[in-house]
Amino acid sequence: MADAKVLVPAGMLGAGFTEQSIRNGIALGADAIAIDGGSTDSGPYYLGSASPKMPPEAIAADLRLMIVHGMAAGIPVIVGSAGTSGTDAGVDWVAGIVEQIAAEEGLVLRLARIYSELSADVLGPVLDAGGIRPLPPAGDLTRATLDRCEHIVGLLGAEPFGAALEAGADVIVAGRATDTAVIAAYPLLHGCPPGPSWHAAKTAECGGQCTTNPRGGGVLVAIDDDGFTVVPLEDDSACTPMSVAAHMIYENADPNVMREPSGTLDVTDARYEALDHRRVRVTGSTFTPQPYTTKLEGSGIVGYQSIALAGIKDEEVLADIGTWADSLRDYVAFKAEDLLGLTADEAHIEVRCYGWNAVLGDIDPDTGPPREVGAVLIVTAADPATATKGVTLANPYLLHMPLPDMDHLPSFAFLSSPAEIPRGPLYEFLLQHVVAAEQAGNLARTEITEVGR
Amino acid sequence: MSPAPTVGELAHLVRSKNAGPFWQTLDVFLDDDASYRAVAEAPAIDPAVIGPLYRVDPASVRIFRLPSIRVVKISFPRRATQGGIADRDMHAGQQHVPLARLRLDATAP
Repeated sequence: MADAKVLVPAGMLGAGFTEQSIRNGIALGADAIAIDGGSTDSGPYYLGSASPKMPPEAIAADLRLMIVHGMAAGIPVIVGSAGTSGTDAGVDWVAGIVEQIAAEEGLVLRLARIYSELSADVLGPVLDAGGIRPLPPAGDLTRATLDRCEHIVGLLGAEPFGAALEAGADVIVAGRATDTAVIAAYPLLHGCPPGPSWHAAKTAECGGQCTTNPRGGGVLVAIDDDGFTVVPLEDDSACTPMSVAAHMIYENADPNVMREPSGTLDVTDARYEALDHRRVRVTGSTFTPQPYTTKLEGSGIVGYQSIALAGIKDEEVLADIGTWADSLRDYVAFKAEDLLGLTADEAHIEVRCYGWNAVLGDIDPDTGPPREVGAVLIVTAADPATATKGVTLANPYLLHMPLPDMDHLPSFAFLSSPAEIPRGPLYEFLLQHVVAAEQAGNLARTEITEVGR
Repeated sequence: MSPAPTVGELAHLVRSKNAGPFWQTLDVFLDDDASYRAVAEAPAIDPAVIGPLYRVDPASVRIFRLPSIRVVKISFPRRATQGGIADRDMHAGQQHVPLARLRLDATAP
């Protein structure tokens, strides 16, 4: 009979968890410790610049607990989407922290690095051969869009993790992977059925999010031939059929099906039952194998931004804030073209009024005048100097812009001196496409080395 | 006659979030079967109402009714790609408000 227990201490590496929760999971018989190190959720900057969103101290604190307890128990530690976006630099950054921990703790580890970064040069011929197709709402990919990406990653499935485990890896640090692959890899390798393995992985991928206390630590998922059981790792946390079932809808466009590289998980007929006041048993989830695909993520530079912020409290201006914002924007655009020769294509100028409709724009249901507004002037241009010049040019108007019928020049409350704040490059996600494996082959690259002591 | 309740008045929680960089998803959690049915069967929970409310193509709006967990879920492509020049909400975490304010008897404009 197949049986595998995976300890998931938190929803993200660096989020933090207690040492006791790891001890509890190992006492429950954990066979592996798995955690996700990132996603696209923090935005396109992290992939575009290949930089992590968490400080190394937070990553090291979590890794140290997992590695020290995992090695003492003789079970592997699996990390996916290293360094937030899972670029090669992210893998090397997290692997470097693992090496440092091994040295400090006097451990010798077999460390597997699984890389999943791709390039336009690798993908170009695959695109030409018809091996890349769009997912909704994207259109067909072009070589020009591939070339615009600063970094491209392909989401790993469970297979390269399974291969590294078979090769005897103690610690796996992988590039971009599906959140679920890091958790499903061990049970799949040990013969557990794919429906329960993938559903257990989806349930546990955000750690305690599937419990009644989402901030109360991670979970252990125990997968077997017939289903899986979810157990919270903190003594004061509980799973209920509702809390477990509800997690399937989290950050998922379709609550019943989830596509993985090797096929599709379907939980339409899943049944959730309470084993006691804190453990939940799940059965009935199915997985249908499909031709292997690798989902791509890519991020490129749209332009460079500089901003400035003015606080507005004047009731007369607030009463007609829409007119004020439009006239400021139009006047700055006029001056940018008149003095700097910047057309609308060369300098994108926007005024966003926080406190009024900055968050929802034209779908905001509120209409009344705001109590206070933070007006953010945003200039986006082809280079940083031009963006900043646009904001500095606008400085007196952002400070003093009157309403059309005012007989005086108001002065607003600037956030800072200098008023202009260079923001650096603005990145955008550019890919919503998948690669067919038959055209692309195996896109993952694995290196295993012995590290430590 | 008093006006029909809003989705937010009947719900335990209305929330929104990215579902990847190109989609957003809205979840309505109801505490009991009666309020679940009131929302799930409301005329307002229709792509012809939700599309204009969010200024997206009604044909792109997907609505899921999940009676076992008393959830109504609505997903559609983001108008602006996450983090792009036109995006106003990096995590799409504040996009639930128009839905929460929607009256259950709302019809297509």
